[in-house]
Amino acid sequence: MCETCGCNLTAGNLHIASKPRDDGTTVVEVLKDLMWDNNQQAAHNRGHLNSHKVFAINLMSSPGAGKTALLEATIEALGKDIRIGVIEGDLETENDAARIRSHGIPAVQITTGSACHLDAHLIHQALHALDLDSIDLLFIENVGNLVCPASFDLGQHRNVVLLSVTEGDDKPAKYPVMFRAADLVVLSKADLLSVLDDFDAAAAESALRALGRDTPVIQTAARRQSSLDSWLNWLRDALAAEYRERRRFRPVPRGIGLSPLRL
Amino acid sequence: MHELAVCQALLDQVQAISAEHGDTAVTRITVSIGPLSGVVPELLQRAFYLARARGSAANAELLIEGAAVRIRCRSCGAESEAAPARLICAHCGDFHTDLLDGDQLVLMRVELIQAGANPANDSAGEWPCVKHADAI
Repeated sequence: MCETCGCNLTAGNLHIASKPRDDGTTVVEVLKDLMWDNNQQAAHNRGHLNSHKVFAINLMSSPGAGKTALLEATIEALGKDIRIGVIEGDLETENDAARIRSHGIPAVQITTGSACHLDAHLIHQALHALDLDSIDLLFIENVGNLVCPASFDLGQHRNVVLLSVTEGDDKPAKYPVMFRAADLVVLSKADLLSVLDDFDAAAAESALRALGRDTPVIQTAARRQSSLDSWLNWLRDALAAEYRERRRFRPVPRGIGLSPLRL
Repeated sequence: MHELAVCQALLDQVQAISAEHGDTAVTRITVSIGPLSGVVPELLQRAFYLARARGSAANAELLIEGAAVRIRCRSCGAESEAAPARLICAHCGDFHTDLLDGDQLVLMRVELIQAGANPANDSAGEWPCVKHADAI
């Protein structure tokens, strides 16, 4: 693939890919991903985060599923042990960033205007507004929407999708692209399950399995710290796994080992 | 409606290809969109007629090739076609499957016209209905 623009055209195959026809038209075979530009920026973001040892989670859900409340509860539980930062995506207002900042956590608000999703370019700008050397765990709270955010890689390391139990338990079947992208599905507001008779947690999990995914499903209730254990454990495990992975691929420092002359 | 953003990315790519060929006008753009790509063909088509207004693709038509969802079972190894929200092996019923096809969002080809040529399929100025590849 071409390193400049990502297309499959090279000087060597251009004569095959471009076919002039008798009617004066030329057909150019391209085979290029339409998300190429966003994906390139996302890869850059991921490299940027890795170089600062930041682990990033893209938090997605429909509006009102409790993303900000879960973040606030997570900050309360882990804020003393892990240095957390947040990027907030909303169409308008600084409200969510203000909520996060009130906990003493750095937060950048992206207001997208009418755009229904965050993309890798917006995240790149936001990363430059944060002191990444003082952050271990970065949450990107995406715009509340179960459709559009699924198509845009931001450079995150994990996708977490919230499904609140006040929504339908068939949401995974209705939004397959979003739920297929999830590394973890969180059934939020689970303390309401006892008073709701129309949300079946097992049915939600079955709908997720029908998408060909064995993604873990956990329950949280952000207003009850005791119900956050499985979420906090998943976070700690994900962070530990990422650090293990990075150590495996850590470049060998210059002048140490490997050179036969030194052995 | 992120289709407008996807459409803008499409037109940026098309513009670059047109420029490589001496700023020739674009007559037809073909994309392949799978049901699990997250993009709705009809919305992309509508966004295209709004976004193409300027540049070398101003008179181009957009042809959308659909694709079937295909999976391979990790348990029995069988390949089968599947519905977008039901990616379960048609042979053994296991949900441990891998997607083979159906999430693509790819610019397949661009057709350009040299100055002065008059191809039969020129759709300049139209506001056509959605055209799927299999209908042409």
